[in-house]
Amino acid sequence: MKVNKLNPPTNNTISQENKGVALSMHPRKFALWLFIVSITMMFAALTSAYIVKFTEGQPLVFDIPIMFWITSVVIIVSSLTMHLAYTAAKKNNTKNIKMFMTITSVLGVIFLVGQWYAWAELVQAGVFFAGSKSAPTGSFIYVFSGVHGIHIISGLVFLLITLRLAFQNKINSEKTSVIEMCATYWHFLDILWIYLFVFLLLNH
Amino acid sequence: MELHNHGQSAVAEAHTHDHHHDEHEHHEDGFIRKYIFSEDHKTIAKQFLILGLMWAFMGGAMSVIFRLQLGFPDFNLEWLRPILGTWINETGKLEQEKYLALVTMHGTIMVFFVLTAGLSGTFSNFLIPLQVGARDMASGFMNMLSFWFFFLASVVMFTSLFLETGPASGGWVIYPPLSALPEAVPGSGAGMTYWLISMALFIVSSLLGGINYITTVINMRTKGLSFARLPLTIWAFFLTAIIGLLSFPVLFAAALLLIFDRSMGTSFFLSDIYIGGKALHHQGGSAILFQHLFWFLGHPEVYIVLLPALGITSEIIATNARKPIFGYRAMVGSMIGIGVLSFIVWAHHMFVTGMNPFLGTIFMLLTLIIAVPSAVKAFNYITTLWKGNIIFTPAMLFSIGLVSLFISGGVTGIVLGNNALDIQLHDTYFVVAHFHLVMGSASFFGMMAGVYHWFPKMFGRMMDDKLGYVHFWLTFIGVYLVFFPMHYIGIAGFPRRYYSFSTFDFGKSYADLNMFISAAAIITFSAQALFAFNFVYSIFRGRLAPLNPWDSNTLEWTTPRVPGHGNWPGAIPTVHRWPYDYSKPDADKDGFTDFIPQHIPFSQTPNSNFEHENDLIAKQEGKKNSGDNEHKHH
Repeated sequence: MKVNKLNPPTNNTISQENKGVALSMHPRKFALWLFIVSITMMFAALTSAYIVKFTEGQPLVFDIPIMFWITSVVIIVSSLTMHLAYTAAKKNNTKNIKMFMTITSVLGVIFLVGQWYAWAELVQAGVFFAGSKSAPTGSFIYVFSGVHGIHIISGLVFLLITLRLAFQNKINSEKTSVIEMCATYWHFLDILWIYLFVFLLLNH
Repeated sequence: MELHNHGQSAVAEAHTHDHHHDEHEHHEDGFIRKYIFSEDHKTIAKQFLILGLMWAFMGGAMSVIFRLQLGFPDFNLEWLRPILGTWINETGKLEQEKYLALVTMHGTIMVFFVLTAGLSGTFSNFLIPLQVGARDMASGFMNMLSFWFFFLASVVMFTSLFLETGPASGGWVIYPPLSALPEAVPGSGAGMTYWLISMALFIVSSLLGGINYITTVINMRTKGLSFARLPLTIWAFFLTAIIGLLSFPVLFAAALLLIFDRSMGTSFFLSDIYIGGKALHHQGGSAILFQHLFWFLGHPEVYIVLLPALGITSEIIATNARKPIFGYRAMVGSMIGIGVLSFIVWAHHMFVTGMNPFLGTIFMLLTLIIAVPSAVKAFNYITTLWKGNIIFTPAMLFSIGLVSLFISGGVTGIVLGNNALDIQLHDTYFVVAHFHLVMGSASFFGMMAGVYHWFPKMFGRMMDDKLGYVHFWLTFIGVYLVFFPMHYIGIAGFPRRYYSFSTFDFGKSYADLNMFISAAAIITFSAQALFAFNFVYSIFRGRLAPLNPWDSNTLEWTTPRVPGHGNWPGAIPTVHRWPYDYSKPDADKDGFTDFIPQHIPFSQTPNSNFEHENDLIAKQEGKKNSGDNEHKHH
């Protein structure tokens, strides 16, 4: 009896590493989802602060910049091309991976530029971020789109890393985890923007 | 049993030797990679611990300085000039604004740097991989980043102490407009900017850490370690990380808006402000909005601080009472309950801000419900101790001390949670006494318990017990002498954050009690020197630790005395049972004393198994047989 329970590590019948009850998802993908949760919480805080601000006092009434409609379409299309790149990766179609990844990245940049023009439009309409003529509700639009824009920049960095791997032919049907994570993050940023946009449409 | 231990250590030694050999071949760990930019969770844990303890001593020293001011208002502090410089004015007194700065820094340091980073950062990092049976965290690199972001946050906060205008001084809750307007108080200038930068870095650090902890617990448990078999420490760290993941981003949002208000001229939190008769341009903001955002983090933060301490206590009390933890499922359930409730009670910090009294009543109700899971935990600790075969190690004493502080501090929470009573008691020393007992001291005791208990695994050596006992008793009695009288001062109406009470007549009535508290605080703080000595001395000169010094069941005690990177030299052990099989009836017939570690299969303990455990064996046998058959077919 005593001999049997000696020394657990060398007993080979019990030595499968980390197999068993563990979740089947790759830890990195799971970590990405947790990161997405934390970003969601931040925007939940910002938008609920906006609601508090909007419902009390006299909110600044403003028009949604036309440009936001355009950028919303751009980012939805970029999500589609991202998905096409991912399916191309699963089908091992390296040419299409490169093409759709490139299109997605370019659309991402166009989206950012569009957001900048939307800001210019807001300034034209007299909605300021700061200063004596600003009001919190107006400033919030800048915060929403600005903080989202910073995340878009991080998404673009991720896209470029994936793009580079694609051009090194390091993405194929065997190795999809990077492009899958990239797609998850990019779709999330897309959905996040659509949420913010619809939120602003409903509360302005 | 002796034979067993001997055999185990011999094998373990052989393993360490092997491992050592490996390292020589690979030359993988240079000094810098091993001790500074290490990705080994154990090294990172020690880094968190040591930096956290350094902050603890600094935060404690600050409290001694402002306690000197409160207890002995006429005392000449000229002798502190070499350290504090211009913070001491010509008359040898502490500058009034620097008093506020000290109070603010004491709060920030203790809540975030000591009890969040120092406690959760240390023990989550150290124990999660060891107790779930993983080689390291899910991402060692992110884990390393987590520490270095904390280090950067520390550097920025430390630097802010040396600014000419002083560090942030609007209180650790940094309410605007005080914190938003540099004109309001000197500390709201550069000091506040440094504070915000430091906290932003700190939030990044704790998110990186938290994501790692959650991923590791979910994805990297060893075979057989179901959630129902997790040690309560891991449950606590896991829930803490989830709470942090959900609440810290909200603080980040609040800090971001505050930064815009301060540096870019927006008015999220500011409206209708006149300074020196001149109106500021800020219009339409709301200072209350900041409080909502802040306390949405701030209240869960209380549990981010406390839950790890409670988890550590569960483990230590069960081990040293030589009894299974009473009500394992109730313990898990109450921690989940506390975690959920912590998100819907934040407005009890704001009863007197002019919020709707009806809303206040709802928050009161939700707040008082927290008493239920908290009481479940307190009773379970006591019932675990009940008729236990208690071994009073220093860690055990600190754990029992935690239970005591948790109860006596928690009871006053029920008082403060009532919005009607809070009208009288808010912002008095009653509040200070309450949260210092239930959150500050209790969590600090949990941290100390953890250090004494896992020191042998961290450094391979034992701390000195006798010094530990003296440290415990001085601290335990000292903490009560400091905070118990404070309740009376609070009920008498003394507001917190006041520089001095000597100008008011009512203030004189409690001058002696204030003096008493200050004296007790100084003695309690001095007693920590014993710990510092014991800690540093034992790292280098302590008695070599046995493999399992506390006869504990969890997996970390199956590693070598000083585990290398990867924790187990051989294969990772499989888990077969929950971690609380202490004093199991008939264990002696199976060749065990009063504990059966988690990696021992039920098939080795036929005499002590319960009915359902025997069923488990039968099931496993069935599986194995069918598996063998399949194998044969192949």
